[in-house]
Amino acid sequence: MAKRPAVGLRRQGGVANVIMIVVALVFMVLFLLLPLVTVFAQAFASGLSGYIASITDPNTLSAIWLTLIVAAVALVVNVVFGLAGSWALARFRFPGRLAILTVLDLPFSVSPVVAGLMLVLLYGRQGWLGPWLEAHNLKIIFALPGMIIATIFVTLPFVARELIPLMEEQGADEEEAAILLGASGWQMFWRITIPKLRWGLLYGVLLSNARAMGEFGAVSVVSGNILGLTDTMSLDVKALYDGYNIVGSFAVASLLASLALVTLVAKTVLERQFLTRSTKEEVSA
Amino acid sequence: MAGHVSIRDVSRRFGAFTALDAVSLDIPAGELVALLGPSGSGKTTLLRIIAGLDFPDTGQVLINGEDNVARHPRERGVGFVFQHYALFRHMTVAGNVAFGLQVRPRGLRPSKAEIKARVAALLDLVQLGWLADRYPSELSGGQRQRVALARALAIEPRLLLLDEPFGALDTKVRKELGQWLRNLHHDQAITSLLVTHDQEEALELADRIVLMSQGRVEQIGTPAELYTKPASPFVLEFLGEANRIAGVVGEGGLVRVAGTGDAVAQSIDPGHALAAAGQAVTLYVRPHDLLLEARADGAAVVRSVKVAGAFAKIEVVLADQVLTALTPLHRLPSLHLQEGSRARLVVAQGMSFPTQGAGGSLQFAAPRSFAMA
Repeated sequence: MAKRPAVGLRRQGGVANVIMIVVALVFMVLFLLLPLVTVFAQAFASGLSGYIASITDPNTLSAIWLTLIVAAVALVVNVVFGLAGSWALARFRFPGRLAILTVLDLPFSVSPVVAGLMLVLLYGRQGWLGPWLEAHNLKIIFALPGMIIATIFVTLPFVARELIPLMEEQGADEEEAAILLGASGWQMFWRITIPKLRWGLLYGVLLSNARAMGEFGAVSVVSGNILGLTDTMSLDVKALYDGYNIVGSFAVASLLASLALVTLVAKTVLERQFLTRSTKEEVSA
Repeated sequence: MAGHVSIRDVSRRFGAFTALDAVSLDIPAGELVALLGPSGSGKTTLLRIIAGLDFPDTGQVLINGEDNVARHPRERGVGFVFQHYALFRHMTVAGNVAFGLQVRPRGLRPSKAEIKARVAALLDLVQLGWLADRYPSELSGGQRQRVALARALAIEPRLLLLDEPFGALDTKVRKELGQWLRNLHHDQAITSLLVTHDQEEALELADRIVLMSQGRVEQIGTPAELYTKPASPFVLEFLGEANRIAGVVGEGGLVRVAGTGDAVAQSIDPGHALAAAGQAVTLYVRPHDLLLEARADGAAVVRSVKVAGAFAKIEVVLADQVLTALTPLHRLPSLHLQEGSRARLVVAQGMSFPTQGAGGSLQFAAPRSFAMA
């Protein structure tokens, strides 16, 4: 993806160029920049104290806390599953492999609300597993476990989707070399496989984390929106807004927006690392 | 300590494809053996089975008399050099070479100072001490493969397996590195098995060549044996170009080219069954063993004369067959051959093989009385 000057376009009709640039800029400002600015402007509408008061509201704090827990659990699951799954899918050929690869994309194609509904239908009171869960006093829907499951569902493909092509491209030679040199399975995994995959893994984790914290639809369906109990930040934004607490709503939203910005910056930095590394390795391979 | 390797009836199938079909061979301790064959002949599969990276369906892999099939690859004491180096990309050159020592269990692991000294010695051996702190991506292909070799030697393997080690390098580097490996082997005498599809490389480097085709061993022997006494047309043609001349055996074992009266060769195995008069034979003749003599009544017509380096390549048409002759460039003027000129063929030496498995192959040379014939 090297930047190349668009040689053919550079010296052509000045007016057309200006019009196109202006149109692009207007769209950017109107649909990307202004909304972002609005979020922060509204959040600080009643000054810094109002902002701080909104953020430190017990319900909001609980929402932030809950979001962090959900994201952290999803992260661990995603890393473990992502590594194990991609290992199996990239390194081995077995019947049903293609089917698994297809199903892996399901969370990308299914609407999150539908995903949430599926979980309710499965784990809810009237669901298939509902009676059994109730008999064992396990509460999943309208509780933390359901929210975690919903978040895992929508973020599941990110890490694996990042790692599978990377593993296929890198091949298993280095792992084989490590084993033949006497390394144990763990030594090979920690000293060869993980360092080889670290940028891809980090990138996948970053993407799934951004999605986990921002998820609304699926979590909304399974959480039941119990204020201060099963409210994540995204849900809190809507709840506050619906309750006409504009400053509070936008204050929380500004936190999510900041998170998104941090993610984007980190993603850009990682991509650059990733690209220069892999092209370097490619060029000299 | 060099290992003696013995492969016994090893077979391996991948679905309907038979990669190895009851292969048996011996690799004496300390020898450098080349596994030679076209792609798909099973040579890499055999190498991976010896290393433990793949498993035979049946058969045994004996190292110093002990079956290794059930052994974990990490316990086989095998050094492996991959075609694409497989260096650890996130470690320095020194880190790569040290890896095999660092992962040893605590009791068997040398001290840090010992590892450092050993790495330095190995890097000196491969003449790369000055690159110890570089990363593999900063090295040339030839340098990387030498690092890979030092890494494999670090664990003091009983057996060194090299999978097309020079396959990804350009010709000049390949030759240099090949010669260098030959010298290294001479000094270290580790039993080594080199997979290659390059017959020149095998002929130049190996003590012994195992020529494989379609999962079977075609012939095992020294380079000279394989080249001068090939067991089959496949071996002969794999080890270099060869012309096929359709001929008929005449009186006294004299072979005449089918469709012409020209006598080109005579059996030098007198009394052999194949020498029976009237029998059709296919003569296999290497281009440099095919001599041409300008004669107005010759049955061959020169189609083209091309200069290729030290040799001239002359193509002739003889009774609908296109044959190639190689002659040293300095002799070309004295041959008086151009496109369209007529010539007679003389076979300096050639071979034919029995069609029905009866008897052995026959050696031919120019009929002694040819000049007069």
